[in-house]
Amino acid sequence: MKKTEYPAIGETLYTAVLPNGLPVYVVTKPGYRRSFAVYAANYGGADRRFTLAGEQKDTPAGVAHYLEHKMFDTPDGDALMKLSATGANPNAFTSEAMTAYHFECTGHFEENLRTLLSFVSVPYFTQASVDKEQGIIAQEIRMYEDAPDFVVYTNLMKCLFEHSPLRDSVAGTVESIREITPQVLYDCHKVFYHPSNMALCVVGDVDPEAVERIAREILTPEEAEIPGRDYGPAESAEPLERLCEARMEVSEPVFIIGGKLGAMAAGEEALRERITAGLALRCLCGRSSPFYLKNYDKGLLNATFGSDVDYAAGQGVVCFEGETSADPHDVFDALCAEIGRVSAEGFDPALFDRQKKASLGGRIRALGNFRSLAIGIVEGCFAGFQPLEAFRLMEEITCDDAAAWVREKLVPERLALSVIYPKEA
Amino acid sequence: MRQVRKEILPGVYLTCLQTDKFKTGLLSLNLLTPLRRETASQNALIPSVLRRGSAYHSDMNAIAARLDDLYGARIEPIARKMGEIQAVGFWADFADDAYLPGGAGTLLEDVTALVGELLLSPCMRGGLFLRQYVESEKEKLLEDIRARVNDKIAYSRFRLTELMCAAEDYAVDVLGTEDTAESIGYVALSKHYKTLLASSPIEILYCGSAEAVRVEAALKDALVTLPRGELDPDIGTDIRMNAVEDSIRYYTETMDVSQGKLVIGFRLGECMEEPDFAAIRVMNTVFGGGVTSKLFMNVREKLSLCYFAASAVDVMKGVMLVVSGIEQENYQKALSEIFRQLDAVRSGDISDDELASAKITLSSDLLGLSDSGGELEGFWLRQNLMGLEYGPDELAALVEDVTREDVIRVANSIECDMVYFMQGEEETGDEEN
Repeated sequence: MKKTEYPAIGETLYTAVLPNGLPVYVVTKPGYRRSFAVYAANYGGADRRFTLAGEQKDTPAGVAHYLEHKMFDTPDGDALMKLSATGANPNAFTSEAMTAYHFECTGHFEENLRTLLSFVSVPYFTQASVDKEQGIIAQEIRMYEDAPDFVVYTNLMKCLFEHSPLRDSVAGTVESIREITPQVLYDCHKVFYHPSNMALCVVGDVDPEAVERIAREILTPEEAEIPGRDYGPAESAEPLERLCEARMEVSEPVFIIGGKLGAMAAGEEALRERITAGLALRCLCGRSSPFYLKNYDKGLLNATFGSDVDYAAGQGVVCFEGETSADPHDVFDALCAEIGRVSAEGFDPALFDRQKKASLGGRIRALGNFRSLAIGIVEGCFAGFQPLEAFRLMEEITCDDAAAWVREKLVPERLALSVIYPKEA
Repeated sequence: MRQVRKEILPGVYLTCLQTDKFKTGLLSLNLLTPLRRETASQNALIPSVLRRGSAYHSDMNAIAARLDDLYGARIEPIARKMGEIQAVGFWADFADDAYLPGGAGTLLEDVTALVGELLLSPCMRGGLFLRQYVESEKEKLLEDIRARVNDKIAYSRFRLTELMCAAEDYAVDVLGTEDTAESIGYVALSKHYKTLLASSPIEILYCGSAEAVRVEAALKDALVTLPRGELDPDIGTDIRMNAVEDSIRYYTETMDVSQGKLVIGFRLGECMEEPDFAAIRVMNTVFGGGVTSKLFMNVREKLSLCYFAASAVDVMKGVMLVVSGIEQENYQKALSEIFRQLDAVRSGDISDDELASAKITLSSDLLGLSDSGGELEGFWLRQNLMGLEYGPDELAALVEDVTREDVIRVANSIECDMVYFMQGEEETGDEEN
């Protein structure tokens, strides 16, 4: 494997691409007992329409997530049990952009890695096992429907997008999952779960060569065609609707302000854009920003307020979210005014320098979180960049870059507001 | 990992966990005080008011700028409920100097000094907190108290505890109630702060690359003005062995939910007289902890009644809670299945695989604790509060020795006290198509 040292942050990365097209990453962590491994498909809730060998396929909302639930079934029993029997802590998640299977363990690492790669590669579904899962996933969806932060986010996505599958939540609905059959699951597995369309990342005190060797042993050596995805017609810069209001049993309004960031950049530009966005959001509305501090004091914002960017289905989305005892429309107006001010005046260079320093410290702290490090590397792999390069790239980003990002990407007229109000007494 | 525990000032205990492998330093400072209905809100509010400004960094702007300069170090107010003890103070983490430009620096000393300054030198006028800071943080505390209802699963757990332990301090929420929070005034709070500071034993935990002597020196500098009076002797947790009434109490509440939330409260019973914590943890894991447990395997996998059904124990108080989200019409079915699975554990219907999986899952989790500063902090704070001296590795070894008989004994000691169910507003039933 190819070894890359990051001496400033004390990390070592090993990489290889197998003949079947699978990228393999290992970050070695000497002296640690836990190892974390993730094997992920570049296939998420948004990948519902695709073409393969010239044929177009449409699948119901929630398929990727349903498939994730069912992959643990094997002809020899439940892979969750097999991993747990060694003391490992296995799990999986599906986002709009990926499906990831992972485990963390303090022993039997190589045995567990073999189990992980095997069960994700071999589909095994029966009508009975697929039917059984309907009840479990329906309860998962019901649980989300009772969670205000889930509902306010889903409503925002429906405001922002006109055609994109991002309009629908990853798990689908109790109705949409009824259309899922074993055959649909087999088809999606065949198309998306080929090593050419996946990535493997391990973080821990492990032998990188052993990781590569095991992946070569277990996975097919053949390359496969990577499916083309169709996310619908291009989205306009404006949201479909600018406001969505609903009511639930909450104590005070829960809100998200969001906007589309347009098509996602490719390769290292994508990483540069994320770092720029992160610094810009810190300066615009982070804990040290004039906007946050002023409005915290005024009672408009509290510690629940936060902002983030996310990329899926070829799109970027920015969100500003929180709870407020004030009127969320006032938060919206204040944020738009601040965006307008920054677009005209730029950021205070001293504030920007401090945010860069704080961001560096935060990135160093995050290196101890194996899960977020490994999943970040897989995300970067699917988007064409290496997140550990952020330490080098962030040096290059200037105060003007951050202000320009705000000016270009955060146009107030293009933001939408989603609110959950308390039920009327 | 090297561990030192030491009383560095009267009633101030430092637990220092030194390892070179972490890139984050972690420091928590906890004032220990009895969890009581009358004082919980005040205690919870104090760190938040202190975090608004000190004598030298008089507002949040100044504190934020200082933290940015310390490479984005975080110092957050924290209030935790541990049994019937309320632990309030600050929780700080910061990047390790070795990985920052310039190499070895004084981040540990700088962060510790700022924690000490926030705790001991608040921004005051005439010996009183600034009224505007108290009023503003009080409003946010009230928002937090009211917001408990937003997360229906957490709220169900809170309601069960409040109802089941109505006559015990354990019922008190770590933030107190709206009433007690609303009645707080800045003059009384200033007075309470001085009492709390002087009378509370203090537990400090550090985890990072610095040697204990360096941490101790930094803390002694930072806490040089700490007032020490007579320490509150009334700190601990009363354990109630049996259910409050002869038969199980049932409580149903209606809220705006599409899924019913079921919480069942148990007393761990007589096994708490001389508790075998390893056996209690293994029993909990066999019954309802994780994917190999009876609750996961049966209530979820076999009967498809839920997405989650899990049990958790609080060994400080001697209670166990089972939580699940279910269709409302499945209430009886889920309830009887959960009891049936507990009966199976009681009668020893535990396969070798179930027992082995539970033990290895637990011991693996415990052995892995040494990789995480945050998890070590939580583990050792609890151990210190319970007066236990063994570490995660030793507990893992004890877990390995737990037998099926130990598990059966614990399961038979457990007694159900209350069943709480949160149901939706309308009968859902079959809707017309």
